[in-house]
Amino acid sequence: MAEPFRIAGAGRLTPARTARFTFDGKPFHALQGDTLASALLANGVHLVGRSFKYHRPRGILSAGAEEPNALVAVERDAARKTPNVRATVQEVYDGLTAHSQNRWPSLSFDVGAINDVFSPFFSAGFYYKTFMWPKAAWKSIYEPNIRAAAGLGVSPDQPDTDHYSSRFAHCEVLVLGGGASGIAAALAAAESGVRVILADEQAEFGGALRFEAGATIDGKNGWVWAQDAIGRLAGMDNVRLLPRTTAFGYYAQNFVGLTERVTDHLANPGHDLPRERLWQVRARKVVIATGAIERHMVFADNDRPGIMLASAARTYLNHYGVAVGRNVGVYAANDSAYAAAIDLKKAGVGIAAIVDLRDNPAGPMVDEARALGIEINHGRAVVKARGKLRVSSIVVQPKNGGAERTIPVDALITSSGWTPSVHLFSQSRGKVAFDNETRRFLPGTYAQDCISVGACNGADSLAVALDEGYAAGAKAAKEAGGKATRSGTKPKADAGEGWTGGMLGAGPGAGEGTTVKAFIDFQNDVTAKDIRQAVHEGMRSIEHVKRFTTNGMATDQGKTSNMHGLAIAAETLGKDIPEVGLTTFRAPYTPVTFGSIVNHARGPLFDPTRRTPIHPWAEAQGAVFEDVGQWKRAWYFPKAGEDMHAAVNRECVAVRQTAGLFDASTLGKIEVVGPDAAKFMELLYTNPWEKLEAGRCRYGLMLREDGFIYDDGVVGRLAADRFHVTTTTGGAARVMNMMEDYLQTEFPHLNVWLTSISEQWAVIAVQGPTSREIVAPLVEGIDISDDAMPHMSVREGKICGVPTRLFRMSFSGERGFEVNVPADYGLAVWEALWAEGQKHGASAYGTEAMHVLRAEKGYIIVGQDTDGTVTMNDAGLDWAIGKKKTDFVGIRGMTRPDLVAAGRKQIVGLKTKDPKTVLEEGAQVVANPNQPIPMKMIGHVTSSYWSENCGRSIAMALVADGRSRMGDTLYVPMPGGTIEVEVCSPVFFDEKGGRLNG
Amino acid sequence: MLLIRCPYCEEERPELEFRNAGEAHVVRSSDMASISDEDFEKFFFIRNNPKGVIFERWRHVHGCARFFNAARDTVTDKFIVTYKAGMPKPDLDKITDAPSAVAATEPPAKKKPARRAPAKKKDA
Repeated sequence: MAEPFRIAGAGRLTPARTARFTFDGKPFHALQGDTLASALLANGVHLVGRSFKYHRPRGILSAGAEEPNALVAVERDAARKTPNVRATVQEVYDGLTAHSQNRWPSLSFDVGAINDVFSPFFSAGFYYKTFMWPKAAWKSIYEPNIRAAAGLGVSPDQPDTDHYSSRFAHCEVLVLGGGASGIAAALAAAESGVRVILADEQAEFGGALRFEAGATIDGKNGWVWAQDAIGRLAGMDNVRLLPRTTAFGYYAQNFVGLTERVTDHLANPGHDLPRERLWQVRARKVVIATGAIERHMVFADNDRPGIMLASAARTYLNHYGVAVGRNVGVYAANDSAYAAAIDLKKAGVGIAAIVDLRDNPAGPMVDEARALGIEINHGRAVVKARGKLRVSSIVVQPKNGGAERTIPVDALITSSGWTPSVHLFSQSRGKVAFDNETRRFLPGTYAQDCISVGACNGADSLAVALDEGYAAGAKAAKEAGGKATRSGTKPKADAGEGWTGGMLGAGPGAGEGTTVKAFIDFQNDVTAKDIRQAVHEGMRSIEHVKRFTTNGMATDQGKTSNMHGLAIAAETLGKDIPEVGLTTFRAPYTPVTFGSIVNHARGPLFDPTRRTPIHPWAEAQGAVFEDVGQWKRAWYFPKAGEDMHAAVNRECVAVRQTAGLFDASTLGKIEVVGPDAAKFMELLYTNPWEKLEAGRCRYGLMLREDGFIYDDGVVGRLAADRFHVTTTTGGAARVMNMMEDYLQTEFPHLNVWLTSISEQWAVIAVQGPTSREIVAPLVEGIDISDDAMPHMSVREGKICGVPTRLFRMSFSGERGFEVNVPADYGLAVWEALWAEGQKHGASAYGTEAMHVLRAEKGYIIVGQDTDGTVTMNDAGLDWAIGKKKTDFVGIRGMTRPDLVAAGRKQIVGLKTKDPKTVLEEGAQVVANPNQPIPMKMIGHVTSSYWSENCGRSIAMALVADGRSRMGDTLYVPMPGGTIEVEVCSPVFFDEKGGRLNG
Repeated sequence: MLLIRCPYCEEERPELEFRNAGEAHVVRSSDMASISDEDFEKFFFIRNNPKGVIFERWRHVHGCARFFNAARDTVTDKFIVTYKAGMPKPDLDKITDAPSAVAATEPPAKKKPARRAPAKKKDA
């Protein structure tokens, strides 16, 4: 039960509300409201992880989202393991299970720490240099080993069982950050009646008031004021408060992405709750109140567990009631650490000494520290920390060198100053400007309708932060249409704290020429020396330094390290900081889970599934389905004991001997209607249409403007002003888009209407010698005799009492009909046709048999036998060009020199010398199999099947000069040996086409 | 996500409803079949890729389905103006208050960093 470092009476947690958790299997006690970090510290645990590269022991640096070190894995069950959770952000719940990462066999004894000894080999850019030779070893040896040894947590290997939700929201004023300034802005905006959203990453609003014990607003303690203000905002209908919500991305036109952590802090979250909620907010005005982040001091071995930021130690004390040690050292370059020392001292914690880099620190803070009897060593530096798994002492030296003195400590708190959080401002494409006086980047030129307030805008006192926030909130609300503030009064800071000054870069003992490990970027193990080395090796731009050293590239994105790195690079280059430049801030501000981004779009909801009206029948018949785009298409219909091969063979034979029924409903269908419909068709398709009689069909080919085949399909002319156009299944949407494009922009003078009717009409293909006998008994009002309705004709009438557009056409080479009926009747008409078909021995067939049958006839499939670089001539389809036409899409492109040059690949048939061998689609074709590798490839196989009807394998291929190679022997080299093939016509069955006419 | 004003629907709608359709004001010859190879190259292949204002086509594909034109700044992604297909290129100098353009705002005058206020609590 005992939490040895919890101080009775300190902090804001309730002692009676306890919780239990385990860390690396060991049980601990905590209080409700603790973060994992505060709970571990309450139990005296500082060592929580091993570093990325050197496997150095690491502790807790911060008390917030900037944490680079304390990354742990949190495990709820086998499927719900979250790696790289910041212990400073994770709230403790009863039963929490957490593990340390990147250590083996244990956290206190880690074999990987050998890297620390060999660190001279792992300096900046080491993997660019050390592992260059031999080349092949990179993939097989170096990379796998580096990846295994370096790294962060382990990702879970089971599907995530949590669910995530997504909300879109609109508001007039979005306030990002719920510290003093953000709350003031929200108050001002909310009082005007406009819709306000206030978001903060912490569980409770208040920001730095969490630790600033000296803040008093409107006569109240700062934290109390914040909670009262939040209570007031919570009671207003026009305000939405989002705690535990991180604004991770600021996009165009005030579109901000936020993730709300809904259940990560709950012991037993209900299944109805999403784990996280993604908010996509469009705001008229955005107030950025993201505060500032404290920086650490840079000196040798400044990464030892027990060394942390001063503000963090203060947060743990003032909010969580936890002392970070019993004998705490302080290393400062500004006043911020004094406040922490004073608070700790007053709480009864021993302060070993304050080491202040400044020569003559003065002011009330310094006076108060002195009055409390704290030893202050000014003009001195901590040049080294001792202790391995926990800091045990610090070595202090006058800053310009001199006698060393060792001071025993069990913790060291440091502050080198504060960095304004301009991340979101910068993401909004605003330009930051370097303020020379205060040595920091602040918001400069704005790109969007937003305003930065408070510490992120350089406000150095609570009064200014409140003023800026309130004024910005009121102004934003007014500009967004809010009424004049009704009752609001500006919050007034009676007392506050503020932190100016500090230093950037390496402290004494870690400067130029030293080889100590003075860390800048803890998470990526980047030291001051690494930055200098990068510059010495020729990196001039900060972007190059960043990539060479990986400074700021870890999951914390350098929130504590970027300014130190920049300062050292600038110093080494002998340039000013603004000349070296700042690296780009990119989304996300902190890591975002894949679950939040993927959200509902997983499993069946990843992509819509399209099913035809006849789908249930095929399913009941035991059809095997294949995915074609979003469509589920019946692939083949296996009978008991049949494999795919046997089923497809049977289906193919049935179509040629009796008949087959095929669900062609997925075909794209577009109705082209209007007085100028024929003119439009003339322009979009290569074929002539004006003279096509109503009631007749034509195979239509469409090119792109560049002259390559784009789509094809049979077109029926229903009337002078009405065409029923079919497209490929996959091409339906893009053909419609292309038609609309030309109609709206190039040929707007044509009076034509286009309507997608793909889903309105179900299509049942009845193909085979007995197809007419199957269709005839069900058709009313249409003479379907060969004379009255020859091949390639279309009639309107009725079938089974419902309207039909009945096409006499064939994609199988047999006499055939395609029965179009309104989709709602598709299943009923299919069942009626199926019943008739049964009398004639018809079989249902799927897409595989359809493919084989069309290949037996040499019919191409656009997208399989063509690939966007095939011309009509290549495909042997020149006959489909209207020779007298003066314009159509592609008419000029198809005569480009390269498209009419000799030697182009043409579609031919291939017969393997061994008829039983079926070629592989995509296999390459060569003329001489004995040439040296790499061989000259002259073509490739586009379609290949076993044809039961031909009693042999058949294939189509694109082969250079293919049509002039008829009868030639070519070769298809495969891993199992070279296959001999003979070039032939792509028509393998019924070459004269007599069967089409019955 | 951008907000784009559809000149037919006459309102700003989210980018998800739209699809970019390439450069605008590329004129297809009325005598297509007989243009030279050079003219075809210009018509079909050569496109502007400016750092700055581009005139481009968009389709409100999940809305009214109309194609229209837009002038957009490729650096800021800001739409300067959108206009109906077939209308001439607008004179951008004359556009001051384009509906979907958000003017860049200058930051408010920077206050001098205040001297740190002493914490009164500790004086007490």
